[in-house]
Amino acid sequence: MKRKYADLHLCPDLGNDKQVTRMIKKASELEYALIAIPLPQNFPEEKIGKLQNICQENKMDFASRVNLKPRTPNELIRSLRKLRRRFEVIAVMCESKQVARQAAKDRRVDLLNFPGRNRRKRFFDKAEAELASNALGSLEINMKPLLTVEGRARIRLLSSLRREVTIAQKFQIPIVISSGASNELLMRKPREIAALTSLFDLDKSSAIEAISKNPMAIIKRNREKLSPKFVAPGIRMIRRGKDC
Amino acid sequence: MLKKTRRRYLALKIDSDERFSSSEFISAVWDAVLKLYGEYGASRTGLALIDYDDAKSFAVVRCVHTGVEIVRTAVASITRIGNEPVAVHVLKISGTLKALSKERKRSVCV
Repeated sequence: MKRKYADLHLCPDLGNDKQVTRMIKKASELEYALIAIPLPQNFPEEKIGKLQNICQENKMDFASRVNLKPRTPNELIRSLRKLRRRFEVIAVMCESKQVARQAAKDRRVDLLNFPGRNRRKRFFDKAEAELASNALGSLEINMKPLLTVEGRARIRLLSSLRREVTIAQKFQIPIVISSGASNELLMRKPREIAALTSLFDLDKSSAIEAISKNPMAIIKRNREKLSPKFVAPGIRMIRRGKDC
Repeated sequence: MLKKTRRRYLALKIDSDERFSSSEFISAVWDAVLKLYGEYGASRTGLALIDYDDAKSFAVVRCVHTGVEIVRTAVASITRIGNEPVAVHVLKISGTLKALSKERKRSVCV
């Protein structure tokens, strides 16, 4: 069976319809089967439907995603309570240690993203990994910073990513590689992304899983949970009626 | 005894509205290899430009089979040629130029 690739972090300017269409078309050309675009929390349902239609026209699947940037753990908990049933993917941009710890132990969080370039602001350490290994969160790595920075900044970034990948593998935390692309020239083919991950010592099979199996598993799990037939993990409603 | 070098040919597509000369293109590839792997790494790739068509934004480069991943990574890391933003995608990798000619025809049709 042909492997399906996913990019869970495409960042087009949602106000620019032409750019959104161009990027979705490009993702289809680059052989992705599924994409997710981070949406504002109050994004109208009809616009989500429109994005789904564009993806369908390009023979791709679309997943709704929200990026949370809470300042405190309580703010994160409130946002999760409000948004978990509305979006298929929830990513937390961990900009403080307290938020990172709360996100790692909360089973409603799908992706842990550490956007800071400063090594001290990347909070994915052993303690964080241990918390995440007991929950369902995956470590998300965006390729955009790797492509856009150069010189010492890239050296520091690669060194941080190498350390994070080693910790994630040691604690068996799934890794998800996304493009984080804000225009089509920052999008790469899945195999090219896998090649780029060799820069931070992610082996080829893990890299391929990080752009295919791991993101697909998140979407499958969440779609199952969001379906009206879902009762509890492992329990699904098969039929409703008098003869049951 | 000296081992016969196994070569690989990479068909590349340059994604940009601008046109570039062959020297600008291969310089960008060399720069990317040098930035990521240094002179030692670059010396192990056996990189050479075989064919370049600026009108169709299509290129073929050659490298040794052990250097394919290095070249693929370097090519994926290219974001600019000169001052113009670009993306370079690998269309196909083959051991013979004959197999790549089909890919070229397809890219011409597109």
